[in-house]
Amino acid sequence: MQQTFEFYDALYTTMLEQYLQSGMKQKTVIQVGSATCELAAGAASVRDEFAKLIAASGRDDIILKQTGCTGRCAREPIVGVFRPDQIPIKYEQVTIDKVQKIFQEHVIAGRPVTSLVLDKKTDILYSYVATVCSSSRCRSEEMEASEDLLRRRLQALQVPAGTVRIFPGGCLGLCEDEKKGSHRTMMVLPDKVIYAFADESQLDEIIDAHFIHGRVLKKYLTHTNFITEQFFSLYGDVAFFNKQTRLTLRNSGLIDPESLGDYVRNKGYEALAKILQRNEPAYVLEQLARSGLRGRGGGGYPTGLKWQFAADNPDPVKYVICNADEGDPGAFMDRSALEGDPFIILEGMTLGAFAVGAQQGYIYVRAEYPLAIERLEKAIAVAREHQLLGANIMNSDFSFDIEIRLGAGAFVCGEETALMYSVEGKRGQPRIRPPFPTESGLWGHPTVINNVETWANVPTILLYGADWFANIGTVKSKGTKVFALAGKVINTGLVEVPMGTALRDIIYDIGGGLPPGRTLKAVQTGGPSGGCIPASAIDTQVDYDSLAAVGSIMGSGGMIILDDNDCMVATAKFFLEFTQSESCGKCVPCREGTLRMLEILERITTGHGTEEDLTKLERLGDLVKKTSLCGLGQTAPNPVLSALKNFREEFEIHVREKRCPAHKCSQLIRYEVRTDKCVGCTLCARRCPVGCISGSPKKPHTIHQAECIKCGECWSACKFDAISRD
Amino acid sequence: METKTQSLNQAILDFIDLCKTKPHADSYLIAVLHKVQQTYGYLSEEHMYEVAQRLQVPTSVVSGVATFYHFFRLQPRGKYAISVCLGTACFVKGADKILDAFRTELGIELGETSSDGLFSLEVSRCLGVCALAPVVTINDTVYSNVTVKQVPQLIDQVRHAEG
Repeated sequence: MQQTFEFYDALYTTMLEQYLQSGMKQKTVIQVGSATCELAAGAASVRDEFAKLIAASGRDDIILKQTGCTGRCAREPIVGVFRPDQIPIKYEQVTIDKVQKIFQEHVIAGRPVTSLVLDKKTDILYSYVATVCSSSRCRSEEMEASEDLLRRRLQALQVPAGTVRIFPGGCLGLCEDEKKGSHRTMMVLPDKVIYAFADESQLDEIIDAHFIHGRVLKKYLTHTNFITEQFFSLYGDVAFFNKQTRLTLRNSGLIDPESLGDYVRNKGYEALAKILQRNEPAYVLEQLARSGLRGRGGGGYPTGLKWQFAADNPDPVKYVICNADEGDPGAFMDRSALEGDPFIILEGMTLGAFAVGAQQGYIYVRAEYPLAIERLEKAIAVAREHQLLGANIMNSDFSFDIEIRLGAGAFVCGEETALMYSVEGKRGQPRIRPPFPTESGLWGHPTVINNVETWANVPTILLYGADWFANIGTVKSKGTKVFALAGKVINTGLVEVPMGTALRDIIYDIGGGLPPGRTLKAVQTGGPSGGCIPASAIDTQVDYDSLAAVGSIMGSGGMIILDDNDCMVATAKFFLEFTQSESCGKCVPCREGTLRMLEILERITTGHGTEEDLTKLERLGDLVKKTSLCGLGQTAPNPVLSALKNFREEFEIHVREKRCPAHKCSQLIRYEVRTDKCVGCTLCARRCPVGCISGSPKKPHTIHQAECIKCGECWSACKFDAISRD
Repeated sequence: METKTQSLNQAILDFIDLCKTKPHADSYLIAVLHKVQQTYGYLSEEHMYEVAQRLQVPTSVVSGVATFYHFFRLQPRGKYAISVCLGTACFVKGADKILDAFRTELGIELGETSSDGLFSLEVSRCLGVCALAPVVTINDTVYSNVTVKQVPQLIDQVRHAEG
């Protein structure tokens, strides 16, 4: 009989007591982000400045805390000020000179600095924030939207304007099945309570009690454990966040990533305790299979099936690996996850190891992520100290440990067979499959390899059950997916949405659309293995199959927004340059084929391309896809082929007219002086680095095309719009 | 700049000894090379030879691994390593122009070190801070939203600090 529940209870109690003793609950907490991106934006000096001010104030009821990345990258550094009596306030782009003001006015005097608040939306400080669930999962088409209903009833009951701020939230995460569709949910801050009400009269009762008389109405409180409750209670009032469904990222930006206590108090290690107590690996395998979880690294292979193969293998020595070699340029989901919540990866891997019967795990992480490595190392040490790794985990019979292995800058090591060679300390060159790793992996033993996000899903599935998880997403793609939104979009950052969300919703509702004056041209997903989705297909749902149908892939989650200033030929060339230089050279199609393709693209972008080059490019791309040894080569032509398919016209303009409509391919641009507009100010002639502009003062100038290096200096210097660019 | 290679320091030797007590000792080769590069800035031939001896791995394997991975440098780098990120997000936001600006300003090509040993120019493949693109790192400091105009300023800053 396992004793893991007692172990977990003792752990939880200790962590809770430590927290209560710290008096954190009654204190004002200043929370500063501390992920790589936050630090790049200057978070470290902001944190030091707060520390100085706290010390100078002599107050012991103000606490400075670090947290991971919320994903709201464009507005970093983000600082949260949480006073026990107030709605949590988040400040954006906090620089040293703003620290003093925030500290004096808000932390000390209790008056939030409204001009600096995240998204600058809080011009009136409301007494309450009500986040209502507006998820389509719980609501039928004909039902009135919850936010409209609430607004209408608040007016009817004459609640003064400025009392309640209403927010339509994403899925709060977990509805009791019997209440689904019949009840609506609403979270109220600063009280952090969640109501479930069935009809208008019940809502009226809540409004009367809570918003008019200021007391919590206990009878309509829901007792469901909302998994994203903590996250929403801090960030639910920000549009960027409340349209998301945060399952794997629920702790990022919320907990101190280096604190086991924070993790445990947010349901950490509860799943492991439950599973070890039950002591039945087959149950874990069955749950994983039933959840429908598919690999988040790009391939989308059913995780449960992969684990089953490894579990069925009679070899007594087995391994599990976490692939954190996030090499796609433009993707940073795994880095944020590792930096923001390292323990969830450790718990996920421990659960996986228990299910398949592995004794040792490895996390293969890029050397380019020093902070993630540091956080993981600390987390592993703390977990060992608390018997959450090592011999007899949680007093059970199960023993398992994890080691970190560093990558060394080889993109191909993201491919599982290459990755295993690298873990073995060898050159990371892939080999032919089969045998698959679950049959013969590390040192010839069965090995399960999953990526960071896949592992992060495991504790949640086992805590809330496979059926709950399978409820989120589409028929064939379950759960959520994290995307790294970047490029020409206002709210760059990390977003987690249910599978099946339309690209349009991600780009416009969460991403805030493109910068003013720009038009969407394409969405690139899947990085160098993926493709470009044209703006016309923007209503495509994000799931494995729909993305494949429009010629791209889910990939690991990079999502780059391209606008009318981006040249599709140059973008395709950029990705091919990447894969070509990362080709390990083992097989001929990839090594030679990608190089020849690159040469053709080089010709096209410099004005030497022919029509025949386009057909050649297609044929060659197809060949490389079909004959390369590993995933790198098999997908390397994708960016080129999908661009050719969706933006053929642009390629044709490059080869026929020797012109680049987006003005990106510098060799194809021609600068000329508009003689009717030129006033002869001589600025362009003085700026030209090669001195190829001539003309006397106050007379129109001339650009000598033969010497022009197309740098564009004259074009950007001219104040009279007298230089044309074509 | 270091010209003559010293023998590996005690910390690295201790680490190698520790690795040898574990199963699959040779699998720690990459980890050892990381430590060597961290300490000395690059992997010299002498150091690679010493690692091979101590870890009991053929020299050919050590040099095979060292040359396979981009992260390992076989030449000393400048005191300030400037690395321009050429990830997708940075590229879309004009990182190629930033790289050109450093080239012109320093008068060195990619992978080279300036004659005073102060700067070397490298590119990186996505630092994962895409939302702040384009980014440049100088040693361990990350500069975000870099513009072409800032390039001379960044260099001057370092030169100034060096006196």
